[in-house]
Formats: sequence, structure tokens, C-alpha cells
Amino acid sequence: MIRYVFSRLATSIVLVLLATLVVFLIANTIPGDPALAALGDEQASDPAAVSAFRALYGLDKPLWEQYWRFLQRLAHGDFGRSISSRRAVMADIIDYAPATIELATIAFLLSLLIGLPLGIIAAVRRDSWVDHLARAVALIGVSAPTFWLAFIMLAIFYGYLGWAPGTGRLDPIAFAPDRITGMLLIDTIILGDWETFRDAAAHLVLPSIVLASATIGLITRTTRAAMLEALSQDYVRVARAKGLLARVVITGHALPNAMLPVVTLGGLAYANLLTGAVMTETVFSWPGLGRYTFRSAVSVDFPAIMAITTIVAAVFVLVNFLVDLSYAMLDPRVVKK
Amino acid sequence: MPAPADILLQVRDLRTWFLTDAGPVRAVDGVSFDLRAGETLGIVGESGSGKSVCAKSIMRLLDEPARIVGGSILFQGRDLANLDEAAIRSVRGREIAMVFQDPMTSLNPVLRIARQLVEAMTAHGRFTPKAARLRAIDLLRRMGVGAPERAINSYPHQFSGGMRQRVMLSMGFSNEPALLIADEPTTALDVTIQAQILELLRELNHDFGTAVILISHDLGVIANVCQRILVMYAGEVVEEGPPEELLSDPRHPYTWALLHAAPRIDATATDRRLATIDGQPPDPRAWPDGCRFRARCPFAIAQCADHPALLPINDTRASRCWVTQQGGTLRPPERAHPAPTMAIADARQPLLEVTDLHKHFVLPKDGYFTPARVLRAVDGVSLTVHRGETVGLVGESGCGKSTLARLVTRLHAPTAGKIVFDGIDISQARQSDIRPLRRRMQMIFQDPYASLNPRMSVGEILAGPLLLHRIVDSRSAASGRVGELLDLVGLPATAAGRFPHEFSGGQRQRISIARALAVGPDLVVADEPISALDVNIQAQIINLMVDLQERLGLTYLFIAHDLAVVRHVCDRIIVLYLGKVMEIARAADLFTRPLHPYTSTLIAAAPVPDPRIERTRRHVPMKGEPPSAVNPPSGCRFRTRCPIAQPRCTVEEPVLQPGVAGQMVACHFPGAL
Ligand SMILES: Nc1ncnc2c1ncn2[C@@H]1O[C@H](COP(=O)(O)OP(=O)(O)OP(=O)(O)O)[C@@H](O)[C@H]1O
Ligand code: SF4
Ligand code: SF4
Ligand SMILES: [Mg+2]
Repeated sequence: MIRYVFSRLATSIVLVLLATLVVFLIANTIPGDPALAALGDEQASDPAAVSAFRALYGLDKPLWEQYWRFLQRLAHGDFGRSISSRRAVMADIIDYAPATIELATIAFLLSLLIGLPLGIIAAVRRDSWVDHLARAVALIGVSAPTFWLAFIMLAIFYGYLGWAPGTGRLDPIAFAPDRITGMLLIDTIILGDWETFRDAAAHLVLPSIVLASATIGLITRTTRAAMLEALSQDYVRVARAKGLLARVVITGHALPNAMLPVVTLGGLAYANLLTGAVMTETVFSWPGLGRYTFRSAVSVDFPAIMAITTIVAAVFVLVNFLVDLSYAMLDPRVVKK
Repeated sequence: MPAPADILLQVRDLRTWFLTDAGPVRAVDGVSFDLRAGETLGIVGESGSGKSVCAKSIMRLLDEPARIVGGSILFQGRDLANLDEAAIRSVRGREIAMVFQDPMTSLNPVLRIARQLVEAMTAHGRFTPKAARLRAIDLLRRMGVGAPERAINSYPHQFSGGMRQRVMLSMGFSNEPALLIADEPTTALDVTIQAQILELLRELNHDFGTAVILISHDLGVIANVCQRILVMYAGEVVEEGPPEELLSDPRHPYTWALLHAAPRIDATATDRRLATIDGQPPDPRAWPDGCRFRARCPFAIAQCADHPALLPINDTRASRCWVTQQGGTLRPPERAHPAPTMAIADARQPLLEVTDLHKHFVLPKDGYFTPARVLRAVDGVSLTVHRGETVGLVGESGCGKSTLARLVTRLHAPTAGKIVFDGIDISQARQSDIRPLRRRMQMIFQDPYASLNPRMSVGEILAGPLLLHRIVDSRSAASGRVGELLDLVGLPATAAGRFPHEFSGGQRQRISIARALAVGPDLVVADEPISALDVNIQAQIINLMVDLQERLGLTYLFIAHDLAVVRHVCDRIIVLYLGKVMEIARAADLFTRPLHPYTSTLIAAAPVPDPRIERTRRHVPMKGEPPSAVNPPSGCRFRTRCPIAQPRCTVEEPVLQPGVAGQMVACHFPGAL
């Protein structure tokens, strides 16, 4: 097992490095000169200003050297300076990431909480009303466009019914709590500030539902299919032939097998939620990485794009690594003694 | 008839139907039988006759949309057919246990053996987890699992099929049930392991006094374990009786047909054709009026238009047949063809010559730093196949039979060694050079369904190779030839327009034979061509292959694990063990005078469907299971299981050399067992 962990870890590191290289090369071949983009028309016509800018950001060095410097700094968590905000990219990311992590995690938990039981019950009571409901949820969740869903939800629950608060992470007149982790739910719990906790939680409801919608559909669908598959296996018949309770047969025998494909999908889904919230964050004015990504892309903010892409790659590789480990824990056939 | 007091199970007029949208499928349709406490009862019948549904009805483990629509299942005074879910649960696993066919899928792959055994006992509250675990270890030891204290902590994938079936038996006996139902428990196992499991079943029945219902399609298996046999056909019991009488003097024409269609390992007949019956079993959605066997019955009389009842024909036997109920007996079948003496000239030309052939597979590594392991699937095999000859290849699963078949047809490239086909060395030939030769050597596979493209009509499947090899130059010429081919394998010309899924297993195997013959091959390599088929269909395919050989002068390399079949169809037989040849002999010699201990144990393990003969046969217990081909034993690779192994066998590897009468054998002590 330990050897397996290390070999998977080694593979993961190689993958992250490869990803940074690919990103680096792509970013360098896309058209659009960051110096011209950042300096504005007047300064950009001054060759001295342009070359000073290039020297400051290392843009005048050969490609491989730029990459090597990028890797060295990466090892220290230094992604360079953002061209548009002129701050350290790392500082930007520390500012923006917690909002996204909070939103994505809540959305992910929501997906599991709804998708897993729904999928399981749908499979066990096949063709019952639960099954039909599960299939409808899966279809709507997977196929409804995010921006459409976001606007509809806002219009109904904020605009018309007034049940939900508006956009943003907190009420505009509320004071943000002192920053500890940057995740409002956690910070307010630590500070014991229950009023702000309620406000933050309320603001999370709509965006997390919108963000989770596709994932709920996917998890419901996968869980249902995997459970149906497991329930049709011989070992389930054998378990019933032992005289076990139906509940034990389902949770003790079918479920552990059905979880194998769900773990893989769940990991990927979480990575997607963490990195793919651009649309939801934009509609709900959520100050997260999604919006930061959008802004950096538009302004060809090269260091920021590099940093974000590296983080995205790292998130995917890390999640995959965790998926592999939990898979190995769930399925004894993966790691041979 | 047994005294009512010791009757354990009384099934009366059981009807289990599948209520499908297209109308009820009457899978079990009026089955009645009694079982005494401690009795062993065998149920035989071809696939689809309702054996498994009958067993699942007793356990109330039916799949949707099956329903018990009529009848009763009296067990210890209760009608299992009417028990509620909680009550039937307390019967399952505690009073009645069940062992299923496929040990590879019967155990939950993600749970430890210990958990799966323990929960079977704790579920009924008769054991604490601790006591259950100790008992599980005892049971595993009793069932012949080595080092049970360690084995119990393993996961199923760490066990072979035979070992898993021992685990399943431990589970079955863990609550000392009054009845064990075993549904084809040895069908997925090698004949050697089958013999071990059947022996175990006999002992357990004797030691625990547990009654056993053993379901099998193999009369030999049933005959050697059971005190009474039920024969099922079309959802009914058609004959019942003790094996000694039922198998030597069948009183239902279907039993009679089953018995004569199966080749026997103790047969001495020279005729390779088997007695078969025509047609298919009737459709379970609409059983015919009258006797359900009438359309296929060679003994039918006018009265058979009425449905016969299952009636006693003497003290111990019952039959559902008008003819035998009136005292008639069933004469043995006439052989259509008098024994043809296969024209085997002495100075035959070799068609295929294989010298010191090797195939090594490099297995995927466990981690980055472990050395790669090499599996020597074929490890130095030499053999010759002459023109017009049928050579059999036998051995346990994993011994390299299929790999060898794929090597000689060059579907695999050999690691080393020489393959000469009709004077041409093809061992290193490129695929482009092989292609023209493919016409002359064809393969038939075990699973006729997997090997036929489901999206092509039979006509297209057969025309493909004709056009590819430019045997015909136009589509219209191809379709004419397709008609001839279908006729050759006994299918109607209309079959050309239909698709593979519209055919039964036997018909599909006919189609794959037609496809192999389309290009006019000299050599046909058949890898387990009949293993997936019912006895009667097996016999039909064997007859077809024998006919075709005579008419077209074919040469066969015939792979099978069923020794009786091999004895029946082959001129010479090659016995493989862990990638090496153990013995080569003419079929008659091999079975009357095996020289290699492995051959002797294989033959002894194959059951004969006649308890009286079985009692006089020699029983050579085969120890254990084949070792891994990655790390074969030193010296003689059979020594770990050889009953007569000597110290010399550990250090010195025996070479294949001529023994008695030119029989080739690789053993230091040939003929000593
Ligand atoms: N492509 C492959 N890679 C690795 N191992 C293989 C491969 N093909 C076959 N083997 C192994 O080679 C050995 C011989 O296999 P083969 O299929 O020839 O056995 P067999 O005697 O025909 O068995 P069975 O009766 O089960 O069909 C087995 O241990 C098998 O697992
Ligand atoms: S009843 Fe008639 S048709 Fe049926 S098995 Fe007997 S002889 Fe054949
Ligand atoms: S060489 Fe020895 S171990 Fe091998 S088969 Fe012969 S007697 Fe048995
Ligand atoms: Mg094989």
C-alpha cells in the first residue's frame, strides 16, 4: 500500500510539471502582447517604457529561462506580479480562493447529500415514483444551462418571493468578520458571530444550488446505475440466500461495490466545482477565483493566468490522487500485496 | 414411497411463471417431488428446462418478474411459497442453504472472506461474532482450505475458483442446514477440481446428515453423488428414479436421448457419431398440448396427443410417458452409419509441425521498482498434426491450450520456436505473409456469440471471407456459395438474411463453422467449440464436424477440457500441463493405458454416468490445484500434485520420450501409477 501511494504521488508530481509546461508554452504562443495590454496606448508607443516593463517582468529573457524562473518561484509559492492588479499573484489568489472553496464545497456536499440517497433509493425501488423523480432531477440538473438557472432562481427567490438575499457573499451593509481563513462560515463560527454566520449561509443558498445542479444530476445518475449494476450481481443473491436483512444486503453488499464508480465521478465533480464556477460567480457577484480568472484572461494577465492554470492542474491532479487512494481503500483488487 | 414422517421437503404442483409483458413464461409448470431428510437428489435437464427456477422458488430468491403462481413447497410443516419476507429470511441460510454455479462472482469482491462467512452465522443470532469466526476457520479447514487462519483474512480475488467454491460450501454448511441446494456447483471448474468438490459434497452429506439437491446438466456428476434423480423437461419432471436403474434403463425418451447423446469416457465404440434428437425444446410461453416432448420423440404414439401424468412405473420409479407407463421399454438407438474406419494411413504427411515453441507474456508490474514477471504460457512444446487427422489438446484451465491454438494460427507471435505449416515456416512470418495462409487454417471459438458480429447478417458474415480471399469475384457468386455453406452445416438457406441473435447457441456455432469452412481450409483449429452447448447440441455439432471431416478431408486441432468428448472425436491426444507436453498418445491407448500420472488422474476425475461402473473404476485423488505458471516447480512441474513423486522428480526435469508402443511421455516413472 505504501509503495502504491508513493508511485501514485510520483506520477502526480510529474503530471503537474507537465501541465505547467504546456500552459507556459500555450500562453507564450497566444497573440496579444502583455506589455501593450498593460501599459495603455500612450506609454506603449514609448519603446523605452516597453522594454523597461519587459525587463521588470522578465519578458525579455529566452523562453526556457522564463520557464525555469517560473518553476523556481513556483517552489516558493511565488507566481510573480499580476500585470493588471500589480500585486503579487499569490496575494490575489489568497484573497479570492476562499470564496470559491467555500461555495464549491457547499455545492459538493449538497450534491452528495441529494444525489447519493436519491440514486440509491431509485435503484432499490426501481420504477417507483422515487425512481421517476430521480431520473427527472438527473435530466434537469445535467441539461439546464447554468446562467439560465441562475437568473431564474434569482428572479423567483430574491426578486419575486424575497425569500433569499441578493448577490454577493454578505449583505452590503454588514461588516465582514475579521479574516482568519477567508471562508465566512468557518470564520464566523470561530469568532462566535452568529448573526454574520446566518447572513453568509443565506447568501450561499442560491449560488450553491445553481452551481451544484449539474453535479447533483451526475451523481444521482451514476449512483443509480452503479447500484442497479451491483444489485444484479451474483454476490447480492448469495447475500440474500444467507438470510440477511434487505437493509444489510443493500448497504453492506451492494453499496460498497456501487461506490467505486461514484468515487471517481465525485472526485472529478469536486475538481470541476472548484475550477468551473465562472458563470455562477459572475451572476451572483461572487468574489471568487472564477471571476478573477475571467478578468485575468481578458487583460492577458500572463502571470495570473499561469498561476490559475497551475492551480487548476494541481487541483485536478490532487483530486485524482485522492480518488486513487480512496479507490484502493475501497477495492482490495487495486493494490496487490 | 418414503414414509411421511421423514419427509423434509414436499413440492406439489409448483408453478413459477415469469409475468412478462409478452405473456407468462411458464418456466416451472407443475413440478412435484419429495425429499427425505439426509437424502441426495439430483436434478438434470437441458438449459431452460427450469432447474434453477425450481431451486430459486424453494429459496424464494426469484428474479423479477417471476412469481410462484401455484402449488406448495412444504418444508418442515410450513409452506415456503406463502411465508412472509421475515419468515422466509429465517429459513434462508439457516434451514436451507444454497451454493451457486459461478464461484468467481458469488463472493463479494470488496469484502473479506471472514466478514462474508461470519455474517452468514450471526445473521440468525445463533453465534456471537467471535464464535462465528472460530467456527468459520474450522469449516474452512474442513473444506480443505489450507492455512485457514490466514486465508480467512483474504479477499476473494486472492483465491482460485476451486478455493472459492470451498468457501461457498463453508458458508452453506455454517448453520448446519437441513437442506443444501447446489446449482451447477462444479460447472465452472476443471474436472480435477470438480472431482474434489463432489467428493467433499458426498462427505458432508454423510457427516452432517444434510439433505442435498444437486442440479447439473451433467449426468455423470449427478450419478456419482445422488441417491435419486429427477429429469426435467419443459418445466416438468418427466422421470424420477434411482441412478442405477434410471441410467441403465431410462423410461422416458428424453432421458434416453440425454444418455445416448453424451460421449462417455469409458466408451469403446468406434463410431464417432452420437445419437441425437432433432429440434428444440418447445417455447415456454406456449407449451404444446399433449406430451411436451412429442415433437422430438422417436417413440411417439397416437395417445401422446394427450398430456401424460407423472405416474409410478414400479416401486422406485416414475415416468411421464404413455409408452413406458404401459410397460414399454426404450431400445438403444440405431446408429445411422456403421462404424467408419477412419482411413488413417501410416505414412501420412505432416500438415503442421511445431518445434520447441514458446510464448512468454510479460505481466504488468506491481510498482515502479519491482522486476517484471514473466508468465510462460507455452514453454517448449513440440507436436505434429498429420493431414486428415484429429488431434486433441487437453489440460486444466490455464495450461496454455488456447495460447497454443493462437500461436499455430499465428494470431499470437511466438517468443521462440518453429511453426511449419505445410512445408512453410510461419513462425516469424509477417502478418501480410500470413494472410494468404489464413485461407488454409481457420479457427472456431468457444463462444459463438462473441465471435460473430451482431450487426452483420449471416449472409454477410459468410460472404466476407469469400470476397476477402477472392474465392468468388462477385456478390452474386458469393450468395450462391453462402447457400451451399448453410446447407453444409445443416441450416436453411433463409438463414442468410437473419442476424446472429436470432439463432440458438448451437445454430450460432454452426454459423461459425460455416464461416471457417467458407474459405476451404485444410486445418481447422477448434478452441472448446462445444463447451458452451447443451449435451444434445454438443452431439449434433460433433456429428457435423465428423461428417465434414470425412467429406472435405479436414484436419482438426481440437481443444477441449471434456475428456470424454476428446476421446470420442480424436485420433491422437496431447496432454498439456503448465505450458509443457506431458504425454502424446493415440486416443485408445491414452485412455486404456495412460503412462503419465497426470493423465491417469485426469481420466480418473472424469465421472461416468453409471454408478455401477463408477464403483469399479480406479479413483486417483488429485491433490491441490495447478501451481502458477509464473513460477513453476523445479524438476518435474507436476511433482507438487503427483501421487508417486520421488526425490528425483524435484531435481531432474523429465524429457518427453517414447514409452510403450511409441507413446510419448515426460515422466521418470511412466506407467507406475
Ligand atoms: N494476453 C495475455 N497476457 C497475460 N497472460 C495471458 C494472456 N493470454 C493468456 N494468458 C495466460 O496464459 C495462461 C494460459 O492461457 P490459456 O488461455 O491458453 O489457457 P487454457 O488452457 O486455454 O485455459 P481455459 O481452459 O480456461 O480456456 C493462463 O495463465 C493465462 O492467464
Ligand atoms: S408420451 Fe409419447 S411423445 Fe411423450 S415421451 Fe412418451 S412416447 Fe414420447
Ligand atoms: S516425473 Fe515424478 S513427479 Fe513428475 S509425473 Fe513422473 S513420477 Fe510424477
Ligand atoms: Mg482456453
